[in-house]
Amino acid sequence: MPYGPHTPADRTRMLEAIGVASVDDLFDDIPAALRASPLALPDGQSELDLAAHLEALAERNQTNLVSFLGAGAYRHYQPAAVDQILLRSEWYTAYTPYQPEVSQGTLQSIYEYQSLLAELVGLDVVSASHYDGAAATAEAALMTCRATGRRRILVSRAVHRHYRETLVTYLSGGDFELAEIPVVAHGPAAGTTDLAALERLLGGAAEPVAGVIAGQPNFYGLLEPMAEIGRLSHAAGALFVAVVEPVSLAVLAPPSEYGADIAAGEGQSLGIPAQYGGPYLGILAATEALVRQIPGRLVGMTADLEGQRAFVMTLRAREQDIRRERAASNICTNQALLALAASVYLACLGPHGLRDVATLGAARAAELEAALAGVGAGRLHPGPYLNEFIVKVPDAAAVHRRLLDRGILAGVALADLEPDDPSLANGLLVCATEVTTPDEIRRFAEALGAELGGARWA
Amino acid sequence: MGVTGPRLQQTLFEKSRPGRGGGKIPHPPKDALDRLPPAARRTNPPALPELNEPEVVRHYVNLSQLNFAVDTGFYPLGSCTMKFNPKLNEWAARLPGFAGLHPLAPDATAQGTLELLWELEEILAEISGMAAVTLQPAAGAQGELTGILMIRAYHRSRGDADRLEVLVPDSSHGTNPATASMAGFKTVTIPSAADGGVDLAAFRSALGPRTAAVMITNPSTLGLFEARIGELLEAVHEAGALAYMDGANLNAILGRFKPGEAGFDVMHINTHKTFSTPHGGGGPGAGPVGVGPRLVPFLPSPRVLRETDGSFRLERPGERPASIGRLRAFVGNTGVLVRAYAYLRAHGGDGLREVSDDAVLAANYLKSRLAGTYDIPYERHCKHEFVASAATIKRLTGIRTLDIAKRLLDYGFHPPTIYFPHTVEESMLIEPTETEAIETLDAFADAMITRAAEASDSPDVVHEAPHTAPVRRLDEATAARQPNLRWRAMSGAETPCPD
Amino acid sequence: MVPQDLRYTKDHEWVRLAGDTATVGITQFAADQLGDIVFVELPAAGSSVTALATFGVVESVKAVSDLFSPLSGEVTETNPALAGKPELVNTDPYGEGWMVRLSVADATQLDGLLDPAAYDQLIAEA
Repeated sequence: MPYGPHTPADRTRMLEAIGVASVDDLFDDIPAALRASPLALPDGQSELDLAAHLEALAERNQTNLVSFLGAGAYRHYQPAAVDQILLRSEWYTAYTPYQPEVSQGTLQSIYEYQSLLAELVGLDVVSASHYDGAAATAEAALMTCRATGRRRILVSRAVHRHYRETLVTYLSGGDFELAEIPVVAHGPAAGTTDLAALERLLGGAAEPVAGVIAGQPNFYGLLEPMAEIGRLSHAAGALFVAVVEPVSLAVLAPPSEYGADIAAGEGQSLGIPAQYGGPYLGILAATEALVRQIPGRLVGMTADLEGQRAFVMTLRAREQDIRRERAASNICTNQALLALAASVYLACLGPHGLRDVATLGAARAAELEAALAGVGAGRLHPGPYLNEFIVKVPDAAAVHRRLLDRGILAGVALADLEPDDPSLANGLLVCATEVTTPDEIRRFAEALGAELGGARWA
Repeated sequence: MGVTGPRLQQTLFEKSRPGRGGGKIPHPPKDALDRLPPAARRTNPPALPELNEPEVVRHYVNLSQLNFAVDTGFYPLGSCTMKFNPKLNEWAARLPGFAGLHPLAPDATAQGTLELLWELEEILAEISGMAAVTLQPAAGAQGELTGILMIRAYHRSRGDADRLEVLVPDSSHGTNPATASMAGFKTVTIPSAADGGVDLAAFRSALGPRTAAVMITNPSTLGLFEARIGELLEAVHEAGALAYMDGANLNAILGRFKPGEAGFDVMHINTHKTFSTPHGGGGPGAGPVGVGPRLVPFLPSPRVLRETDGSFRLERPGERPASIGRLRAFVGNTGVLVRAYAYLRAHGGDGLREVSDDAVLAANYLKSRLAGTYDIPYERHCKHEFVASAATIKRLTGIRTLDIAKRLLDYGFHPPTIYFPHTVEESMLIEPTETEAIETLDAFADAMITRAAEASDSPDVVHEAPHTAPVRRLDEATAARQPNLRWRAMSGAETPCPD
Repeated sequence: MVPQDLRYTKDHEWVRLAGDTATVGITQFAADQLGDIVFVELPAAGSSVTALATFGVVESVKAVSDLFSPLSGEVTETNPALAGKPELVNTDPYGEGWMVRLSVADATQLDGLLDPAAYDQLIAEA
């Protein structure tokens, strides 16, 4: 065993102290009929061989493409300090801070995370982290049901498909209803949540609505009329859940300004690598009125018995280890190390740096829009966007594949991700961030122009 | 409140000075946001702290030194499996090919990761004796939800919609009943038998046409193998219910007991416990779920599939309609799974069996050392962990488990899990793991024995511990009565850009 | 010795009946067992409660416990002081730490509850 310390003499000494002849005797309580068949697994590898094997696997992934992929996970520059901090053993080899006297590092870092995120979203109560943006959104939906005593959720069709699917799964457990709010099909508001439809869904004889969920920016990259969605929700006695992307909050109005009661979202963009889907950072924040409904750990400031400032997990009685079947959620392990990553990232960038990240992404996206329009690929929707948008390309899925052969990852072919939505069949969802270069934009436009057989990039 | 301890740190917000920082990101064109509608834009900037890199680094390095961690000392936290986290795993997860891969990367560009995930599923299926495995759940509790929702879908698919109860023993993890509630089931709690195991008769009388599932942790939360598990599984299946195994303690039985072979229908695996992916101060983990043949159709989507040409791909949206759907966005906590894969490949079959052998050996050794000083409520051989109790010490001296736990901090040991399981008075659940040398086990046993003596000789010292930790015991009541959950001081005013 | 003018439940609630108004709280024994109480969740005025059914929840730092109503009736008032100072349940459980007032139609319900001697015996055996 590669990491075991025991010499044969150690083992003998332990067996003698226990008073058994062999380790097998310690397993004699497993009924004979139930003992395992031998493990049919390959032999263990030396570190040298294993490192080579892992490197070879990693190299089979193509991560050096010119990529315009976003759709819920974003490429950003991670300041070098972030990973250096994360690699300190004191962070990543510690457990949940159940013994606060020897966990003040973790506890203060979580308190600071809660504070940093509270500044970004404008809501006072931020949970110590959830699994990811989709799971956090599902928890937000369940919160609205607990808080209102109602059981019906409305979610905008323009929220990420994976989030909507996660909502279906989480809500399938209880006696809940979930309905989608359609998006506007035509005109200047095309691709945003249909306010008239929302009003119809909120009113009428149907079951009263607990929560309304919409994203800012939405999955298509568009800016939603969040204030109106919030007003309509509140008028019907429902709570309003905003699905947010935290980098954008450096420049976009925070959820508190448009009346959101809960903010949920994916914190991966705060300096966390894409790593094929996780571990990411589920953000969940709420107004103070909802503090007892929020699931997950919370850290509070207090004092020790000598009056020193100190931090501790608090409002614990909401959690599964105490409340068991009546807990707000079953969450236990969370994404603490990713919350730390986000905090170090924000501390390294500061308010100006974060604004520059968001703004530079928006600038690159506008350049991308112009370049793609120049080769005949215009946007699907006319409304304002921040750094992500859909372009219309005939036979988009096939074009997407051919561009891949040219080393260009042309965002998401929506025919693959949303096969049942014909309005998106010719769409490529593309994104630019601060790491997108003018040269990459030029190469994308050139290749797309060649594929479309239209005007060449000059 | 003071912040005067030698290692305590002011918050980032207190250290902030307008005009510090900068240099990380090029400045964008000034008019870049003019195309956005003013109503959608932020009027006041977020009041994030302004610091330069040296201050940030010093802040976090100093904070880190306030933590106890596996890499700083012995951490025998029962049920949590605080074993050594191999450094190769951290290196592997950071390889650019793994770390830089976008979750929506086309399958053709993700073959390395897809192969790794597929192979990991096969390895976990072999270890658990299950027919198939999903890697999607982000943690053990989400794995439980996945498993219980699959059980629900199974019963419904058979038109068996009246099974609304989940039976759990009273010693179970809190996540079990909380999961049952989230999945819409009523929890029925079954008391344990006198020997700490499942009470077969009590289960038999609670089982019936309303039972959807039984959730069992094996080895149990007392660190004991459920010797009556065969009879229990038979009774569960006779009643038409399914058996869920909480795999939190899988690290005790690798190569010795395969839950799927024994008859469990579904189980979750905590990679951060059994397979050494680190705990990260509370997360992330990963909670793969293995299922027997009956539940395979209901696995979450997408699954990783191997094509006949040997290439790998993800299931497409809607490809398998019986699936319970998604528990989260994208594929899973892949970065965690890379670490688990590295650990599994480093050990191989024989190495994994040795992991459990050594974990069980260490726990029984430590138990033998503490017997006579502490109450050992269950005398039989334990698996990877065991329960000790300070009940007698409390009766004789007034010193409680909590006090002993805090006093251990003064001697450089993390305390065991305390007051869990709830079924034992003044309990401590002690899990040494397989990566601790006998010298460490002896030093811990000596410290425990000396603390027991101290409880009689100088109880005040014990009662007021810790004395040398960064802070003393905390006022948790005020923290909960008047929660202060965020820093608030700054204005969010526009400040000059540092560069 | 517990207060002699009250009746008790085996779940450690007390009740004082004056006319048709019953005042309800938890006993000193219960408060001590729970430790530092940090939150009390009570029903809204106007709601009705049923004898021996749960009517609220009391939380301490590390435990949570249901509150069981000694009597059936309608909630006329909840103790407003507990929202800001839940510790009153620890410091003065029979006085300032009271929880709800009920309007009770049937005073004979009291007969089903423990008298002080019986409750004293219950906690002596606990």
